[in-house]
Amino acid sequence: MRRKKIPHPKPGKMAARIVRTAKQGNAVAEVENIVVETAEKIFADLANAQTINHDTKGSWKAPLWQALTEAGLPLSWVPEACGGSGASLAEGFGVLGAAGRFAIAVPLAETMLAGWLLSQANIASPEGMMTVAPCGPKDRITLGTDGTLSGRTRGVPFATDAKHIAVLAQGSGGLSVALVEASACRIEHGFNLGGDGNDTVTFSNLQPIAIKPAPKSFDHTTLLLMGGVARSLQIAGALETLLDISVRYSNERVAFEKKISKFQAVQHNLAKLAGESAAALAAATSAADTIANFKTFDDAVFLEAASAKIRASEAAEKGAAIAHQVHGAIGFTLEHILHRYSLRALAWRDDFGSESYWAVELGKMVAARGADELWPLVASR
Amino acid sequence: MTAALRFDPIRLPPECEKLRKEVRAFLADEIAAGTFDPHKPNREDSDAPEFSRRVGERGWLGMTWPKKYGGHERTFLERYVVTEEMRVANAPTRRFFVADRQSGPVLLKYAPERIKLDILPRICRGEVCFAIGMSEPNSGSDLFAAKTKATKTDGGWLINGTKIWTSSAHIADYMIAIFRTSPSTKENRRHGLTQFLVDMKTPGIKVNPIGQITGQFEFNEVVFTDAFMPDDHVLGEIDGAWKQATSELAYERSGPERFLETYYVLTELVRAVGKDPDTRSAEGIGRLVAQLHTMRRMSVSVAGMLQAGKEPVVEASIVKDIGTIWEQQLPHRVRDLAAFVDADASNHATLEEQLAFAMKTAPKLTIQGGTTEVLRGIIARGLGLR
Repeated sequence: MRRKKIPHPKPGKMAARIVRTAKQGNAVAEVENIVVETAEKIFADLANAQTINHDTKGSWKAPLWQALTEAGLPLSWVPEACGGSGASLAEGFGVLGAAGRFAIAVPLAETMLAGWLLSQANIASPEGMMTVAPCGPKDRITLGTDGTLSGRTRGVPFATDAKHIAVLAQGSGGLSVALVEASACRIEHGFNLGGDGNDTVTFSNLQPIAIKPAPKSFDHTTLLLMGGVARSLQIAGALETLLDISVRYSNERVAFEKKISKFQAVQHNLAKLAGESAAALAAATSAADTIANFKTFDDAVFLEAASAKIRASEAAEKGAAIAHQVHGAIGFTLEHILHRYSLRALAWRDDFGSESYWAVELGKMVAARGADELWPLVASR
Repeated sequence: MTAALRFDPIRLPPECEKLRKEVRAFLADEIAAGTFDPHKPNREDSDAPEFSRRVGERGWLGMTWPKKYGGHERTFLERYVVTEEMRVANAPTRRFFVADRQSGPVLLKYAPERIKLDILPRICRGEVCFAIGMSEPNSGSDLFAAKTKATKTDGGWLINGTKIWTSSAHIADYMIAIFRTSPSTKENRRHGLTQFLVDMKTPGIKVNPIGQITGQFEFNEVVFTDAFMPDDHVLGEIDGAWKQATSELAYERSGPERFLETYYVLTELVRAVGKDPDTRSAEGIGRLVAQLHTMRRMSVSVAGMLQAGKEPVVEASIVKDIGTIWEQQLPHRVRDLAAFVDADASNHATLEEQLAFAMKTAPKLTIQGGTTEVLRGIIARGLGLR
């Protein structure tokens, strides 16, 4: 069923309103403004979990994307000069938290990241769905002396759905940002745990549509950490919903002649889920706030971003398990919406470096700084 | 929707960093002067009256209280910085910690002016030690089962009964305790308890030390036999202690002491693995650091919300729940990760010694100041399950 369209502000207009509503340097959680509200309204109207779950043909996707596009959300992080809506990083992070709460299964986060990456090199963003590559710490795409791209990257989300891919490529003279047409790449379609596209993309002497040098301070770690923080926010959002629907279910379901929410064992499990949800939320919003406000990319930024991915991923494992335990068999069915959140929260752990990868990197950094520099680093945040 | 949990990304304001430097410099001087050894958390005697006075002289006690009572009218976030730096350095805070965190604020709220003017400035000078008289032999988590009785007499009350597990009672000048002034009622089983200020020098109070599995003697049994409490030592409403107990808990439950109690073993592990750890050690340390950082950000967030006048009761309980479980598990995780550390590492003996002490300390961390079970009950209530 196609709902009556809500009048969303056009990209340019929205940007103008953003300037008036959000002060620079605001904490992420305080930016509960028009941008996040707009996103939530669209998600609530066009991405209702029950509706989506029963729609095997995916006919909800096009209207949802259309509405998101009209509101300027996929290009939130692209300046107006590059064709975007010029929202702040903090506002965009707020949108990603909301996307997590609704377990949004269109490449909104990916298009936002792609637009952000392209803007780093002043490349204008095209319309339509995009994704980014590489998304894993081991994958590299190389830029040949002839100006073409080569390489193979795994685990690229929604590459099959995307019209364009924003690429970070390694050339002999340094890193470049490139825009390529997805149809020009070889894409092996795959799926993540949540059933969303998770593809292997091969570039064979591919001519990009646009290519420019990346800024000096920009490298693969920057891209992975930005993607990692995006995923942390989505995981935290999904956990908020997992908590919400688990609490509600426990207050409805009766067993042994009382609501299961009255059993202490169930209460304590839900309290643990609340703790995991809280930890993911705190770590992710703290990292997002850091990235939205940082001046130089130092160890403290690394600590924040890596910790967010590690802790949110750990929370996903513990939290999803409890949510399923509370729901019992019904939560294990395709029919129930629980899996939309639980499986995506688990799937998102793998993108832009898993928690194991970031833990090793963070551990190495801490060891290299030395024992007596650990507390000063933690206390600096 | 379930009421959303909030952990705003609150940062410590710039004045905190200046203060942090001052605290670190002070502690470095104290360590250099031999007041305490930061590598030895298992001190026989953690009472340090002179150190306590010097902390008071620096203006780091009663930091948030009105100047009229000797306080300094600074923020909770500034107090937070002092607390965490002391904790990480393993400074001997026993003498003043409870008074500064908990007892002082209770007096501020409920004590008569004369008592406030008498005692609060002395807390601020680091001169007095407080104990908390809650648990009894048959009443621990179930606070409202307390039986120690206060019987009305001329000009005051006579106390009879026993408090137990009372930390620092052996060195305390005062105790804030709850006593039964009336039986509970059918309608409200929490009714009938009254909060009192107890002068520990009062005749009729006997303190018996209790040995702990760590080898320390920090907690005690306190026996009251016709101990007289004057009327003006009643704190707040007679029979209404239950109304007073809850709002302060957010302060008590979410501070840095709720996840940093065994922190020293993590520092020592990092020292032991050296600058170039293997993958296993690196991953283990990375996860622990990510968890620690997250916990601290949650704790600072609650402190900031308290400063802003909010009442994040559920959030504070979550911090204590996951914080105490983390600090409890920490020595065991560190032990795992240290399994392949070179036994000739320069700090190996220190690490072993610390691990032994931390593993013995660990069981109490999820019991004191509200058990895990009690906390989860509070969280469950906040979620709308009870």
